[in-house]
Amino acid sequence: MNDLVIQTRGLRKSYDGTPALRGIDLAVPRGSICGFVGRNGAGKTTTLKLLLSLLRPDAGDIFLFGDPVDSEAAAVAARRRIGFVTEEKQLYPYMTVGQTIRFTRPFFPGWRRDLEARYLDIFQLPENKPVPKLSKGMRTQLMLLLAMARGAELLILDEPTDGLDPAVTEEVLQALAGLAAAEGTSILFSSHQLAEVEQIADRVCLIDRGQIVIDGALDDLKTEYRRILLVFSGDAPAAVASLAGVDHVRTRGRTASLLAHGDIDATLNRARELQPESVEVHPVTLKELFLDHVKEA
Amino acid sequence: MELRINFSSGVPIYVQLMEQIKHAVETGAVRAGEQLPAIRKVAEDLAMNPNTVVRAYRELERDGILEVRHGSGAYVSATRTTAAKTAALERAGGILSEALEEVAALGLTEAETRRVFESEFAQGRERGRATRRRT
Repeated sequence: MNDLVIQTRGLRKSYDGTPALRGIDLAVPRGSICGFVGRNGAGKTTTLKLLLSLLRPDAGDIFLFGDPVDSEAAAVAARRRIGFVTEEKQLYPYMTVGQTIRFTRPFFPGWRRDLEARYLDIFQLPENKPVPKLSKGMRTQLMLLLAMARGAELLILDEPTDGLDPAVTEEVLQALAGLAAAEGTSILFSSHQLAEVEQIADRVCLIDRGQIVIDGALDDLKTEYRRILLVFSGDAPAAVASLAGVDHVRTRGRTASLLAHGDIDATLNRARELQPESVEVHPVTLKELFLDHVKEA
Repeated sequence: MELRINFSSGVPIYVQLMEQIKHAVETGAVRAGEQLPAIRKVAEDLAMNPNTVVRAYRELERDGILEVRHGSGAYVSATRTTAAKTAALERAGGILSEALEEVAALGLTEAETRRVFESEFAQGRERGRATRRRT
């Protein structure tokens, strides 16, 4: 059997005739922490909502834990094994922290009292405080506690660190890394913070305009991709734009900046045939990959 | 051992982790037989992916620097210090053979050279003892 906790094939979704997702193929292996990145409106939240069956796809297939999610019963069965935090981060306003936890607990047979106590302690959540009086960071931490303590195999988190200060963000990331290490929990989370994705994710999935443009292990991406800087004696020749093995090119006067992946040496040899004055090769950060892929289509 | 990872550099995180642990072993910050922090602890403390820690430990095990004992954790292996010792012995051999060539050029016999060596060695030991007494 394949060991993917999430797999989608050709997911499509339109809102009032405007396509939001244009064929999403997503694969998240068991035990991985996958960062889901993309610009606002790229389709991240729509994808996550489809995975949670909060929306129905126009076309395409979803498999969770290897099983097709093709009926309401299948969706319910899958959701029992998933903890999630959605964009809205909704909680009941008339409850305290403690009441919210006690209210949620009986819905989940696999509820872990040990994890509940652990995260109450780590996040230092005040049990008697009413939910509306919580800071944004505490609300998020309470939502995460509810998602993490239910004993889920998979967490789907929509921007779990959005709007949190750096100290709280670090606490949240530490809690997620600790949970993944101790329980083997798989995590798919969307984020705009590329730095935190690089820190905690082992896989990254980049979505742009409703399509997946990069999907892979972060270490592999860092090994495969290189920035090649060429400086020419005159204007950079137009031929740099059509070099094989090059993903994106930006030229400015005498210099050309190439994003390349695969056989870098072969690409370098082809670039040298254009007789540049100097050639430099640099490693690529996730931020560069992101910007190069989403800036221009 | 303090691990400092630059998450947004282009260098894969497991490679950074490997290099820092290797360095700690080579400088003696962690010694043969000592236990490295558990994967969960490293992941949680640095808020980094546990699979990345696993990968670094596994590759260090392949390099013979760590020994991963199932259920109890990762230890700095003794073979690493042996390897360091081997390198040191090789280097010592090189230094001595160069010295011997120079001595041979003076026209001394093997027996005479041996006597000088023994005497120097003994004096060296004396000097070592004197230094230790002073400190």
